[in-house]
Amino acid sequence: MSDGRFDLVGRPRRRVDGRGKVLGETRFADDLTLPRMVHMKLLRSPLPHARIRRIDASEAEAHPGVLLVLTGKDVPGEYGILPVSQDETALAVERVRFVGDPVAAVVALDEATAADALALVEVDYEPLATIATPEEALTTPEPRIHAYGEEGNVHKRAAFEFGDVEEALAGADLVVDGVYSYEGNTHLPIEQHASLAAVEKDGHLTLWSSTQCPHYVHRALQKVLDLPAAHIRVVATPNGGGFGGKSDVFNHEMVAAKAAILLGRPVKICLTREEVFYCHRGRHPVKMRMRTGVKNDGTLVGMTLQTLLDGGAYGSYGVASLFYTGALQTVTYRVPRYRFEGCRVFTNKPPCGPKRGHGTPQPRFAQEIQLDTIAEKLGMDPAELRLKNVAEPNSLTANWLRIGTIGLAECIRRVVDASDFTGRHRKLPHGRGVGLACSSYLCGAGLAIYWNKMPQSGVQLKLDRSGLVTVFSGATEIGQGSDDVLVALVAEILGIEPSDVRAVTGDTDLTPVDLGSYSSRVTLMMGNAAIQAAERARALIAEAAAKRLDIPRERVGFGGRRVFDVEDAGRGLAWREALVAAEEMHGTLGTVGSYTPPRAAARFKGGGVGPSAAYSYSAAVVEVEVDPATGWITVPKIWIAHDIGRALNPVSVRGQVEGSVYMGLGEALMEEQAFRRLPARLSGALVHKFPSLLEYKSPTTHDMPDVETVLVEDPDPAGPFGAKEVGQGPLLPIMPAVSNAVYDAVGVRIHEVPITPDKVLKALDDRARGGPGRYGPDGFPDVEWPEALRVPPPWEGGDGNATNDPERKRAAKLEKVKRT
Amino acid sequence: MIRLPRFSYRAPRSASEAAAILAGEGPDAALLAGGTDLLPNMKRRQQTPRTVVALRGISALRGVRNGSGLTIGACSTLTEVVRDGRVRREFAGLWQAAAQVATPHLRNMGTIGGNLCLDTRCTYYDQSLEWRRAIAFCMKKDGTTCWVAPGSPRCLAVSSTDTAPALIALGAKVRLESAGGDRLLDVADLYRNDGVRYLARRPDEILTEVRLDPADGIRSTYWKLRRRGSFDFPVLSVAAAARLAADGTVESARIVLGAVASRPLVAADAAHALRGGTLTDGAIRVASAAAAKLAKPMDNTDFTLHWRKRVAGEIVALALREIRGDDVRPDRLRLARHGLDSAGI
Amino acid sequence: MSDSPSMASERARARFRVNGEPVDALFDATKTLLEVLREDLDLPGTKHGCELGECGACAVLVDGEPVLSCLALALECEGRDVVTVEGLAERGELHPLQAAFADLGGSQCGYCTPGFLVTAAALLERRPDPTREEIREALSGNLCRCTGYNQIFESVEEAARLLRARRTEEPA
Repeated sequence: MSDGRFDLVGRPRRRVDGRGKVLGETRFADDLTLPRMVHMKLLRSPLPHARIRRIDASEAEAHPGVLLVLTGKDVPGEYGILPVSQDETALAVERVRFVGDPVAAVVALDEATAADALALVEVDYEPLATIATPEEALTTPEPRIHAYGEEGNVHKRAAFEFGDVEEALAGADLVVDGVYSYEGNTHLPIEQHASLAAVEKDGHLTLWSSTQCPHYVHRALQKVLDLPAAHIRVVATPNGGGFGGKSDVFNHEMVAAKAAILLGRPVKICLTREEVFYCHRGRHPVKMRMRTGVKNDGTLVGMTLQTLLDGGAYGSYGVASLFYTGALQTVTYRVPRYRFEGCRVFTNKPPCGPKRGHGTPQPRFAQEIQLDTIAEKLGMDPAELRLKNVAEPNSLTANWLRIGTIGLAECIRRVVDASDFTGRHRKLPHGRGVGLACSSYLCGAGLAIYWNKMPQSGVQLKLDRSGLVTVFSGATEIGQGSDDVLVALVAEILGIEPSDVRAVTGDTDLTPVDLGSYSSRVTLMMGNAAIQAAERARALIAEAAAKRLDIPRERVGFGGRRVFDVEDAGRGLAWREALVAAEEMHGTLGTVGSYTPPRAAARFKGGGVGPSAAYSYSAAVVEVEVDPATGWITVPKIWIAHDIGRALNPVSVRGQVEGSVYMGLGEALMEEQAFRRLPARLSGALVHKFPSLLEYKSPTTHDMPDVETVLVEDPDPAGPFGAKEVGQGPLLPIMPAVSNAVYDAVGVRIHEVPITPDKVLKALDDRARGGPGRYGPDGFPDVEWPEALRVPPPWEGGDGNATNDPERKRAAKLEKVKRT
Repeated sequence: MIRLPRFSYRAPRSASEAAAILAGEGPDAALLAGGTDLLPNMKRRQQTPRTVVALRGISALRGVRNGSGLTIGACSTLTEVVRDGRVRREFAGLWQAAAQVATPHLRNMGTIGGNLCLDTRCTYYDQSLEWRRAIAFCMKKDGTTCWVAPGSPRCLAVSSTDTAPALIALGAKVRLESAGGDRLLDVADLYRNDGVRYLARRPDEILTEVRLDPADGIRSTYWKLRRRGSFDFPVLSVAAAARLAADGTVESARIVLGAVASRPLVAADAAHALRGGTLTDGAIRVASAAAAKLAKPMDNTDFTLHWRKRVAGEIVALALREIRGDDVRPDRLRLARHGLDSAGI
Repeated sequence: MSDSPSMASERARARFRVNGEPVDALFDATKTLLEVLREDLDLPGTKHGCELGECGACAVLVDGEPVLSCLALALECEGRDVVTVEGLAERGELHPLQAAFADLGGSQCGYCTPGFLVTAAALLERRPDPTREEIREALSGNLCRCTGYNQIFESVEEAARLLRARRTEEPA
């Protein structure tokens, strides 16, 4: 890079890990083997809810080839990804909470023997009442699935009000009030989770695992195994897809580590596809009620949102998921007053957690459909309505989120133009339609999941006379291209080629801490840390080169594997010569960089979920054909524009956009984490309806339409060279855009995801009978909301604190003490 | 990784050798052709045969031969069937059915005989041993209740073969060989409406070939309803075949519904209604309604049963319109998610 | 391999070719080709996503045709010719499909990639200039959760161009 011009950034390139992947040489967790390695399988609960009376493993232990059987009492330590939800154990200690909850582990010489021996473990269960739905959870306080939580089976509730929203709605010319439902769905990475644990020659434990967050696994292992963190190493193997599904800490990781320690042999486990469905941590099913008020000219005046989340059997990231359902409504459009009330409950199903978009696709679905309805009622063009309300750059939202750059208006204009939305919306023949929707997503959560003041991402650089630069980062390559971003940024700043840089990533022994590949945080956080480290290295080299070339440091340029005089480019040093000079001057070369997100503007309790250094924006137009006789939906084409800030590698960026569109379309049309409850008088069973790749419908090549992708580049000062996230945001507009397009095609509103032909047909029937022509939930369940924390929006005064928080004064005092 | 259970493997060189093994082993033996049905079932412990009798080595069971009509060796892969020009030209319904089975990879492995003998399917049954244990098993395997309809005296698992409805519509026969001799059976008679004992084939018999009479001007078609453009089994399928006179009069007709019962259902009344008339919109409407009446889908496949029931008539109508000569390619494209023309590539 | 019964506890033997090299393998008789490739022949490039024939991750070529190694008994590969992803590159030089997938975003996480590559290789053998529709069909047994497929289609098209150009350069 020289004079602000880029050599690498912005150019389509083969990603640095591309060669290994196409050669089949990338080693995923299950590809690893070690001498004397043995195999583990987990016995999982066949009951949705039961107390364990007794476990007899003697027969399994005696089975030829079996080395070890573990049960809950052998690994009793509690853990959980969030400090407030330490509700998991590696194996069930006295209670199982869903079909698939791990109960025992068998380690044997080979996997088949371990699998056979599972059947020999006898477990005596005392069945407990099954809680299958959020409605049941609300009305069934006993038995409690967990002893903690707010009360009964309510895990957590939240309520915030930013300004007097009822007053705002009373002054609106139009208020649209709707209830919506979003079915759960799962990540479905093609790679099944796998882990390999071994005690290495220095006596330290190493766990190789398909995890997005080695740092969090490291913390959990330390707690569960009661070992010093410094004696545990977690290596994140390249993930064969993550999408959030490998960002939690899993039972099998804990148990494999324990077994490796007890046996003194490497222990491997690879989950079956069915087990991956039980790990889940996927999209929460959410019921929603949303009210939006507007003036006749389309100006938004206020919005209320209620969400009820079906959390499944454990906490997971669920408290964060809950807050996220209420966090980002205000980031796309200016909402002057806003109230959010949310509730997460426990049910006897695999735990829900973060899937691509984490907590935000569900309310986005409601919001973007509601805007479509408003536009129609006001006789406005849906694009015009949105453009009118687009949030301001460099502004604060009603809930105190600080927006930086916002390319949303440009995104809307670009997709509207590309798809001829205005020329076709409400104008296509019956059975064909187009729908528009928009979204936003954060570029990394402003707060770590555990309270600390340390950097969220660290990068180290090692450089030496060989010319090689090694860059160390705790970030994890999950397919999104983080290794490529890391290498490209370093190479760009140092004026060398990506092949001159080797990335070492996701290894808690070797790499500085990065919180993990989740929350769309890596490009921004790791990227900024990498830039800082690389610029520090550049300064060291520049100093040495300046001396050698006898020019002022400011005149030293980097590029083309040379370090040169920018005023006389022919005078310079080859890259290796420059490194020799730098080593001579400074001694052994190494630099570090780190990144800590800016402090959030919000001060109120719960305001920690939502703030981010930057927000990405997307707009999508989906075209559909709907057969009025069958409800069959065909999607011929999708247009999407994404505000990426700056595309570091356009090939990867487009891949993330279109991969998001793909996953969004799957959610919109066919993916569903569905459950089957047998007739209660005959059986207490509550099972995953189809834990298989066949029946969980992931779109095939024949189901994927052409996608026209537009990248909007408005560099954000907070991002590395202006880059923002792309891994999650572009998924969000697809589901509401499909719903809006179906409405445009056949005039019925589908207020539930997935949008399936049977629902379309039911809505058409409803309209034929003189009804509103809608399919969706009838109402919102009765939730007892807590008193809302009242936080005046920035334009109504206040300082981001709640005016009615009893803990506030105490907290403020504490904060003061901390800072001094 | 899911592992296969233990079994002994036999690889006979001829059909008679295979028949002799079956005669000796009885119902504890399973025939292995392409493996795409048996091996997943074995991995899920739905079938745990003591002996697996592999038919791969019997070259006589492969290939499409001319004779009076067409004879297709039962171990011909579905890809071989799809790539056969005669099948495509003369037996469009069979071609369309074979072209829509599963995926190209599975068609490269799976055979037409295997597809005809495909185990009945059910979302309560096509599950791992552990999953089925969680529902205390079902009538089809290791249990007593049919969870699809707990009052049902018989198993309601669904006939999910694509090629059977097409072959029944075409009036095809199959040859069954055993140590005791062989017999020809109408494909229509190969099936029973019982999810457990869904085949009239005796355990000691081997389905060795499929016989088709000369097409002789019969037009045929196959329509398959499923969620995705590949992989999925049908949730409803319609095969139709008819001979039309020059003036369009229906001389003979057969309509067969798949995936709505434990066997393919022959819609005799609907076909009868068409005979002697022309395929007017009205006639198609009447026949479609009559055929759809037969469909009694249950809640054990993808999609809701009400919707499957509801749209059955629409799919029958599409099949009949194609027989009439309408250009239904756009409908095919939307429903199948692709035009089928590239199948067998 | 006659019809002598072999129990699972026993080892089976099969001789076949893998990536052009002869293999004489001893393995548990109930193992699938997938298991033998990964566990007995040290070829972990072939992946697995379900082991039930529902994803295409384990696709390999047997006698030139894409099949699912998770549903093929290894002992039925006797005498046959197996190609895995490890067999596509020649002396370290990427196959045009590999180069195109790497350059054009055809591979993201890389896990489904081996299955896509061998399947596409078989397509280009049969059809050097496939249409987009033919590519969709040929790859319709491979699931990818990362890409949304369009960059995969473009990669196959680019590789087809490269291969055709190479063929015209080297008249046989």
